[in-house]
Amino acid sequence: MTDTITTNYTRADFQTDQEVRWCPGCGDYTILAAVQTFMADLGLPKEQMVFVSGIGCSSRFPYYMNTYGLHSIHGRAPAIASGIAVARPDLSVWVVTGDGDALSIGGNHLIHALRRNMNLKILLFNNQIYGLTKGQYSPTSEKGKRTKSSPAGSPDAPFNPVSLALGAEATFVARTIDMDRKHTVEVLQAAHEHKGTSFIEVYQNCNVFNDKAFIELTGKETRLENRINLEHGQPVIFGPEGENAVVLEDGAARIVPTDSVAAGDILVHDAHAPDPSAAFALSRLSHGPYGPTPIGVFRDVARSTYEQDVKQQLVDAQEQKGAGDLSKLIRSMGAWTVE
Amino acid sequence: MSDDTATIDTPVPADIEIEEIDKVIIRFAGDSGDGMQLAGTRFTADSAIFGNDLSTLPNFPAEIRAPAGTIPGVSSFQVQIADYDILTPGDEADVLVAMNPAALKANLIDLRPGGMIIANEEAFEERNLAKAGFETSPLDDGSLAGYRVFRVPMERLTKEAVKDTGVTGRNVLRSKNFFALGLISWVFNRPLEASIDWVESKFGKRPELAAANVASLRAGHNFGLTTEAFHHTYNIKPAKLPPGEYTNVTGNTATAWGLIAASQAARLPLFYGTYPITPASDILHELAKHKNFGVRTYQAEDEIAGVGAAVGAAFAGHLAVTGTSGPGLALKSETISLAISMELPLVVIDVQRAGPSTGLPTKVEQSDLLFSLYGRHGEAPLPVLAARSASDAFEITIEATRIALKYMTPVILLSDNYIANGSEPWQLPDTDALPDIGVKFLTEPNADGRYVPYLRDPATLARQWAIPGTPGLEHRLGGLEKHEVVGNVSYDPSNHQLMTELREWKIRNIANDIPELEVDHDVGAELLVLGWGSTYGAIRAAAKRVRRDGLPVATAHLRYLNPFPINLGAVLNEYRYILVPEVNMGQLRKLIRAEFLVPAMGFNKVQGLPFRVSEVENKIREIVTS
Repeated sequence: MTDTITTNYTRADFQTDQEVRWCPGCGDYTILAAVQTFMADLGLPKEQMVFVSGIGCSSRFPYYMNTYGLHSIHGRAPAIASGIAVARPDLSVWVVTGDGDALSIGGNHLIHALRRNMNLKILLFNNQIYGLTKGQYSPTSEKGKRTKSSPAGSPDAPFNPVSLALGAEATFVARTIDMDRKHTVEVLQAAHEHKGTSFIEVYQNCNVFNDKAFIELTGKETRLENRINLEHGQPVIFGPEGENAVVLEDGAARIVPTDSVAAGDILVHDAHAPDPSAAFALSRLSHGPYGPTPIGVFRDVARSTYEQDVKQQLVDAQEQKGAGDLSKLIRSMGAWTVE
Repeated sequence: MSDDTATIDTPVPADIEIEEIDKVIIRFAGDSGDGMQLAGTRFTADSAIFGNDLSTLPNFPAEIRAPAGTIPGVSSFQVQIADYDILTPGDEADVLVAMNPAALKANLIDLRPGGMIIANEEAFEERNLAKAGFETSPLDDGSLAGYRVFRVPMERLTKEAVKDTGVTGRNVLRSKNFFALGLISWVFNRPLEASIDWVESKFGKRPELAAANVASLRAGHNFGLTTEAFHHTYNIKPAKLPPGEYTNVTGNTATAWGLIAASQAARLPLFYGTYPITPASDILHELAKHKNFGVRTYQAEDEIAGVGAAVGAAFAGHLAVTGTSGPGLALKSETISLAISMELPLVVIDVQRAGPSTGLPTKVEQSDLLFSLYGRHGEAPLPVLAARSASDAFEITIEATRIALKYMTPVILLSDNYIANGSEPWQLPDTDALPDIGVKFLTEPNADGRYVPYLRDPATLARQWAIPGTPGLEHRLGGLEKHEVVGNVSYDPSNHQLMTELREWKIRNIANDIPELEVDHDVGAELLVLGWGSTYGAIRAAAKRVRRDGLPVATAHLRYLNPFPINLGAVLNEYRYILVPEVNMGQLRKLIRAEFLVPAMGFNKVQGLPFRVSEVENKIREIVTS
């Protein structure tokens, strides 16, 4: 994939002639706008971009991006995108998925896409609900959640998507919020620059079936109290006046009043740390957007990418054996002639 | 006897009688850890190089190491070699090599009366006899009186042969399969050189193992030479096959090579997305060896991801292939429907095995035919082809690829365990004369300055393939119904009717682009034996036999199961009787009856084994003489 800027795009270049059919007020609109703006500014030729999705509200996304795209089947976007990425390392491949698509029916494909470290950028729109099927609990819904399919409360314990991604050997893991377009674009940029699989959890409001799920992080009164901004190399301090800090104790992250600890004891966020333990500890500070929740890039480490390793194997094989010769191949197990 | 005193160069005693025979069927049988597959494969390779016609039937348990000495743990390898054109591995064996009592018990039923048994006599001791359910040793109790039994102290002789080679412990007796191979090579006058070369290259990094195997091989050969019991030996001349160059090939290898050839013929890089499954995995193994052909093998996390990645690669412009067996085909079903909806080229190889569920993973069945045709949700037609033999697999694989690319459709290619693991000589094609099956990617807009993905070629009804990286042709494909030309999502009722019909007609129209069904007809024949897939050899051989008695019969074999050859209906109407032998409960028969309203009769076997020639022969006789 080339990073040379070759074109001058505007957001309109990435819009399609398809009518966008999300519900009015859906968080997906702001994410779409952020992605289109980001792509225009990035300047990568749009024919080199592929958006692949599964099934769900978020998965309509490729229809609205004027790039190459596939709207595939439920849960399978990472699998299909992996084929594109392995076949064509020259392309920029993006996966758009949701909490049901990626973490329920497609959970297996997600974790394997993360461990392989392919050139895939995975955007998981987490609204903690099944929207397209009209309001059942999802694998990120809180335990006890009352929905159409759980009138007495969901008996399921939810996934923490960031913890899951870190556990699946992901090399780039981030979280952002639909309402914060500037932050979303920053995270998209970092994900794009990362070589390998990038995983971005986007907190996305479903105003029809699960409205205000993220209000503690987006509401005027609470957002400053609850949003823990992660910045590489910076001490993890948050709150309107920076009055709270995160420290690591016995491997676990804990929130303490900033003035109760020595400055040197406050956790300094290291997204590039080879060991994911501190990133994992940060991810355990919240299980859903309730109370103080870290936002930003948890992990961003370098590792060789799958498709480049595969490509290198092809190059090595040609160097060692020469270009394939079919005539020789079919005689390779011994041949004889009948006169 | 020691290897030092009798070598391969020992002069042949004057009293050796060599009898010319035209064919022999040998079955190597032992514990699954005894190396019988290897002994059989090596004997086959040596016979192939010698120029015999041959056909093989490996038969092994699904367990890697079933309990030693028991009947479930028995593994066997049958090979028929002949000086004429044969079509099957044969029905009853002439020679049975039995490495233990369980192997004897499990295989004796398939040995012809008067056949030769070569028994590894030391294994016939109390514990092994009990495990096999013998109360007394069949070698001693007279129960084998109807056979020619040769007791060979293989273990003692192997130990002696390898004593100076440096192998120790369990490796000492590991070589006894080579002893058996050496002895059989003596009895049937096969040269040892090729097997010695093979051992030396295979075990090059473990010289002591190479030395032990070669010593055992020679010891077995020399045992035959020096033991009077084996002074009557047999010779089978090279077969008079059509002139040309041949190699011995299994169906899985031929399929893998066919894919590489198709990739070259289409000038597209090959992408094979798959998940390991018996008996298809050897296609993956073979392809993974040939990265210098630009082959990308992708071992996915599951069957769904295997086909999913292939669909992605197809979108990206590669020759996309997935391979599996029945349970995996079930898992791939939804993604194949997606490829039908998106109209992307994809080759799906199903190496069938006995089902349902896990079934008999190492045994043959032809029971995925209806699943291939109809095992998808919605109206989801696709072409289905079937290889008829190991040597046919190469060509039919290229043909499946041709259809997938030309018609922008997934194609299912059926093979099965018998074809996959069995081998036979294959006349090598001229690799410079492969058909050109390349297609052109679209590079320019095809409608008023833009690309509409579902604009079709009026002749083939195929849409045009535009791949990522092509400026100006950005487009989105998906599983939702789309407008008949523009490709945008469409919920219009009449558009869905039209698209459903277009997808159907696109596949039906392929009947005009495939060869007509050839019939091997005798004057006066009233019976047509119609087959598909791996029953080819048994049906042809059975017809040969009844014809020797002057009985007229016709045979035809379908390589195209959807659409059928255009003349199939006319062919069927020419016969009073139609017999459809299948290794399933009658799936092709059902199709034939439904499509052509003819009273086709079934002949069905589901024992995890291919038809014997005699079974088909007797059925034909029954009908023809009734």
